Amino acid sequence: MTILSSVGTRPAETAIPAGLRVGVLALQGDFREHAQVLRELGAEVDLVRRPEELDRIDGLVIPGGESSVMDKLARTFGLADPLKAAIAGGLPVYGTCAGLIMLADTILDGMNGQQSLGGLDIAVRRNAFGSQTASFETDLDVPALGELPVHAVFIRAPVVETVGPRATALAVLDDGRCVAVQQGNLLGTSFHPEITGEYRFHQYFLQKLVAAAR
Amino acid sequence: MTESTSAEQFGSSRVKRGLAEMLKGGVIMDVVTAAQARIAEDAGAVAVMALERVPADIRSQGGVARMSDPDLIDSIIAEVNIPVMAKARIGHFVEAQILEVLGVDYIDESEVLSPADYTNHIDKWNFTIPFVCGATNLGEALRRINEGAAMIRSKGEAGTGDVSEATKHIRTINGEIKRLTSMSRDELYVAAKELQAPYELVAEIAATGKLPVVLFTAGGVATPADAAMMMQLGADGVFVGSGIFKSGNPEQRAAAIVKAVTFYDDAKVIADVSRGLGEAMVGINVSDIAEPHRLATRGW
Repeated sequence: MTILSSVGTRPAETAIPAGLRVGVLALQGDFREHAQVLRELGAEVDLVRRPEELDRIDGLVIPGGESSVMDKLARTFGLADPLKAAIAGGLPVYGTCAGLIMLADTILDGMNGQQSLGGLDIAVRRNAFGSQTASFETDLDVPALGELPVHAVFIRAPVVETVGPRATALAVLDDGRCVAVQQGNLLGTSFHPEITGEYRFHQYFLQKLVAAAR
Repeated sequence: MTESTSAEQFGSSRVKRGLAEMLKGGVIMDVVTAAQARIAEDAGAVAVMALERVPADIRSQGGVARMSDPDLIDSIIAEVNIPVMAKARIGHFVEAQILEVLGVDYIDESEVLSPADYTNHIDKWNFTIPFVCGATNLGEALRRINEGAAMIRSKGEAGTGDVSEATKHIRTINGEIKRLTSMSRDELYVAAKELQAPYELVAEIAATGKLPVVLFTAGGVATPADAAMMMQLGADGVFVGSGIFKSGNPEQRAAAIVKAVTFYDDAKVIADVSRGLGEAMVGINVSDIAEPHRLATRGW
């Protein structure tokens, strides 16, 4: 297997300000992988499962996982409304895959009654590629992160079907479908930098969104 | 480093193992009908396992247990949005080929069904679809990973509602991993021989202190407390088989187990979700099952 571009790309110098405290939503999914990347970049990391744990963080990552399960648990344990309020109040949030779905204003092909936190002016189609045999990895140009392509892993991944006027597409597939977006303090990707050793999205999030908002 | 290309790659180890990574901290529930799959999804299952009979019924009814009817699997895929897994018999690569074309998301090469080959497991590298396999100890887990398994579940003793074997297997696997991390290189060669596993995998685990794939636990989990105990013992997530739909109130019990897995280290939450669940599955003590009737001994 020849791989490609950016796998294992670690920034030589991270230049992350000291003392940034970032939460990782830890209801379900690959939150430990995100926590690991953030710690390696120099951030303090809190796993977040309760509303009061939102109080002291400078930014939040919503991991990959099953979006419908995160939605149910967030509502059951009283986390959904405080999260919405924090997003509305400008908390920087980065969502991958399920996390992108959680941040979308509109979910297409969601479950019965599935809700999102919203914030990103986009419509996201859940599981847009089909069953697991259609999951794939590929190289992706992300101009905001520099010339070196991102090696992106798509696992039963969503795509951003509509990018509203307030959001900006950061990356598209060869067929034109949007898979990474930013809108102010919110960042979302259909794929999982946290499992490929790709640090640049987290670095971008920490530098451009979390540090800037603090 | 090769020149970058936009070629898409399907069925790589990273893609196969990646789906299991996304299931972590979740509960995968056995279902035998589309209606049960609906209940499981509504309760917060992270995936469902489609099969014809739950292990408790396989155990009580006896006979040869096989892959489910494709119509049943189709109806479950049509009913839910979460990933659908399905079981193939150990070594039955044609059942696996069928499950792959049906479009399930993960195949469980499972000791709960009657083995089709008492010598060989399926060569799982031959497939685009990922496989999960059972293991009772580290050597067995590593043999399965060497054959291409992208996820491991400790076996427990399925269909009993008795969690003691699940406890034993997860403790065994994690204990053996810990032991490897304290060994010098010359000792690792012997360890590989004793584990009957490839040296490269043994050395990798000695260096990283964990399996290269996600480790769930299964077999006998019947209560929220059982599930939380498995998580505290180091499982990445939990399979619940007969424990839900053989209980008095499947909807409520399923939702309670999901919550207990997320808050596995918070006894207050686990206490709250354990209230008023009605009858747990009746169950059968593993010690009352004669050795030849134990499912966990299937797999080699």
